[in-house]
Amino acid sequence: MRRFVTKRLGYAVLSLFLLSLTIFLLVRVTGDPAALMAEPGASAEQLAAIRKNLGLDQPLWIQYGSFMANFLTGDLGHSFYYNAPVLDLYAARLPYSLLLAAVAMAFSLLIGIPSGILAAVRVGTMWDGAGKVFALLGLSMPSFWIGLVMILFFSVYLGWLPSSGAGTPLHVIMPAFALGWYFAAAHMRLTRSSMLDVLGSEYVKLARLKGLPESLVVAKHAFKNALIPVITLAGINLVIMINVAVVVETVFAWPGIGRLLYEGISFRDFPLVQGIVLLGGSMIVVVNLLVDILYAVVDPRIRLEA
Amino acid sequence: MTNGALLELVKVSTHYVSSRGARVVRAVDAVSLSVDAGETLGIVGESGSGKSTLALTIMRLLPPAAHIVSGQMLLDGEDLLQKSPAEMRHIRGKRIAMILQDPMASLNPLFTVGNQVAEPIRVHEDATRANAWRRARELLRAVRIPSPEERVLQYPHEMSGGMRQRIVGAIGISCEPQLLIADEPTTSLDLTIQAQYLHLLRELQRAHGLALIFITHNLGIVAKMCDTIAVMYAGRIIEYGPVRDIFRSPAHPYTQALLNSIPRLGDPGQRLAAIDGQPPDPANPPAGCAFAPRCMRALARCHIEAPPESIPGDGRTARCWLATPDLSRVAHLPHNPAEAGVLS
Amino acid sequence: MNMRATAIALPSRIAGFRLGDFPIFPALILGGILFVAIFADWLSPHDPQLGSLRLRFRPPVFQAGGSWEHVLGTDHLGRDVLSRLIYGARVSVVVGFTAVVVAGVLGTVLGIVSGYLGRWVDQVIMRITDTWLALPALTFAIFLAAIVGPSEMNIVIILGAVYWTRYARVVRSEVLSMKEREFVRLAIVAGCSKWTIMRRHILPNVLNSAIVLGTLMLGVVVVAEASLSFLGVGVPPPKPAWGLMLSDGKKGLMVGYWWLTVLPGLCIMLMVLSANLLGDWLRDKLDPQLRQL
Repeated sequence: MRRFVTKRLGYAVLSLFLLSLTIFLLVRVTGDPAALMAEPGASAEQLAAIRKNLGLDQPLWIQYGSFMANFLTGDLGHSFYYNAPVLDLYAARLPYSLLLAAVAMAFSLLIGIPSGILAAVRVGTMWDGAGKVFALLGLSMPSFWIGLVMILFFSVYLGWLPSSGAGTPLHVIMPAFALGWYFAAAHMRLTRSSMLDVLGSEYVKLARLKGLPESLVVAKHAFKNALIPVITLAGINLVIMINVAVVVETVFAWPGIGRLLYEGISFRDFPLVQGIVLLGGSMIVVVNLLVDILYAVVDPRIRLEA
Repeated sequence: MTNGALLELVKVSTHYVSSRGARVVRAVDAVSLSVDAGETLGIVGESGSGKSTLALTIMRLLPPAAHIVSGQMLLDGEDLLQKSPAEMRHIRGKRIAMILQDPMASLNPLFTVGNQVAEPIRVHEDATRANAWRRARELLRAVRIPSPEERVLQYPHEMSGGMRQRIVGAIGISCEPQLLIADEPTTSLDLTIQAQYLHLLRELQRAHGLALIFITHNLGIVAKMCDTIAVMYAGRIIEYGPVRDIFRSPAHPYTQALLNSIPRLGDPGQRLAAIDGQPPDPANPPAGCAFAPRCMRALARCHIEAPPESIPGDGRTARCWLATPDLSRVAHLPHNPAEAGVLS
Repeated sequence: MNMRATAIALPSRIAGFRLGDFPIFPALILGGILFVAIFADWLSPHDPQLGSLRLRFRPPVFQAGGSWEHVLGTDHLGRDVLSRLIYGARVSVVVGFTAVVVAGVLGTVLGIVSGYLGRWVDQVIMRITDTWLALPALTFAIFLAAIVGPSEMNIVIILGAVYWTRYARVVRSEVLSMKEREFVRLAIVAGCSKWTIMRRHILPNVLNSAIVLGTLMLGVVVVAEASLSFLGVGVPPPKPAWGLMLSDGKKGLMVGYWWLTVLPGLCIMLMVLSANLLGDWLRDKLDPQLRQL
């Protein structure tokens, strides 16, 4: 077990290293980093000062060294617009993004799993057909469009739900729905195919041969087994959700990481943007590592793979 | 056929139809057989001969593309084909039980062994949880699994293949069925375990008065276990009767070839006799007898007309022109179909 | 007695919108969009970038206050919506197809090289791919756009740079299994150079998967471009892009000017939907083992 953890840890560290290197190089290599790092409308002296500050006249590897040193000590840059360290801003906004993702994920599972099961159990019938249509639409409609249309309906026409901000539980409904819709369709598809696989398995056959009522066969024998790949996908999707939420958060002015990123771009606040990208990528690496370890704890067979 | 038989099939046919109706596969073709209480019937055939489809037909648990198109299936005189789905469900597991080939695949990996053995008891006999689990432990003991109290709480992957197959057997007899169908139960077991398992099945049969249908491709097992044998080829039963009689004097060339292909110890240098050719394409069977293209003793007639059921002896049937009385007296039989003359 | 199989005819189903097997409607829609994109200059009733403030926020013709002059209404600068939608198709088509091709070429080449040459080349490329994949596509694209600045050309490059990894992964695993096959071994024995083998023998065989993946990626890329434009780092104004129209449309949303958001989004959805349906059909025909994508 320990070997497994060390190995995975090693991979994670390597990934973080490569990630930061990539971002570092991309910024340095394309054009003038000082102009990017400077506030819009900076004078020539200010640019020169920044260049000195960043050590842009020094060899690349020294620059990278200080870059990494900053990264590891939690200094991810300083936002002009907010005049605050990027890390603080990120930490303040992260809970909102997590909340949105959690609600959206819950929604996507609550809709996706039952409809997938229904489509599989009633395969080939109208229910299955309806499910396929739902899945296609969900996968093809851009989340921000869904959000905008929802605002039109529920805020403008019906006046039921608030269209922006994050004060009350009502505020989270539309953004979560808009964000989760795509994933509901994806989860539905996977649940359906997984369920179909399981329904064709030998142990389900034996369950039927035992004379068990079909409802028991589906609810007990098929359900649990079919759910395994779906849960795995959901875990991966959760992290993706947090990052893809940038457009939905923008539409609804939801104060999460995505909106912060949008603000960074709008205000040409490059340190903010860079910081968010670095943190976002690192978060994914760390979460992947934790998930791997969690799996190994739960399923002893995986530990042997290492 | 015999009266008072526990299970009787009369000319049962099961066809698979492709979704556009273009291909029809006659998986089971006009099969007739019967099994008495306490009797063991062995069904023998190559893969694709229709044995498993026959088993699923009896259980009426066929995939949607398959349809039982004709015949009667009588269990204690009641026609199973007339039963409603709910009635059939009560019969499955309770009056007719089935054991599948691969025990690892037949057991649900996420539930304990005890749960899966107790399950049919709870469903069919409305037993309480405590009672059902008690019965489950007794059943594990009956199939000779050591320390059943511990084993009952284990998961399938924690047991060996032989033990898993015993669990499947325990599930099969859990509700004391009248008939047990075993579909190649020993194929995935080690040889040493096979013998023990067969012994166990025999014991259970004697103890409960079970009728047993044993599906296998292994003639050795048939010789040891079965009273009656039915040989299937391309969906039809081409020979049927008491095991001793048929093994001693098989009427159908296919049966003869099967018996010949068993290697015998003490005969060094003997070449293994295989049967040339392949079974026919089930969607496109040849005209005439299905075995004729591979048959060493085929007549011209065999390629044109399928032989009817004839009775070469007491309690036996065979589908072969050679077994039909008027032909068996003909002295010279051409070996090579190409040499055959006109229809006799 | 004739033992030949007798066919039992079952009524054939006309499933949904397919005739036989080919998805006609999606193909027509995609073809229509392509047509509109190519012939925009002739089809568009007005100049998409010229607007008159006098005519701002006119609704479509079927609503009160609308006119046939501007069938689908006007936006906040008085520009004709229909014309902008038509020219927006051009942007989506151009950016979408080009980005898919760029990503496809880059990804396929790197996938082949990585899979076939193996060892350190493979390791390097795979590590880069993994790193790329650790960064969510949209965030990465935004980051790159922030660095290089938005323009139509840049967007194509950025999208290509972000999505090539999808191709590389799939192609690489195909190449790995292909390496063991007869025809490759024969080519090696015959003395062909590595590059010839990769070019002549391996490439044609992975092309199938690459094409299927391409059609499936088209939808993804179109949405990505729309997202980028919506956020303001995509195709820069005043050039009409559907995503940009959505972003502008937000301005009139709270007062109920629905046509500015519903219509562009509808176009995006139709294009993506058709691409997905065609991609699914293509995948079922050519390479069913890509099912897991």
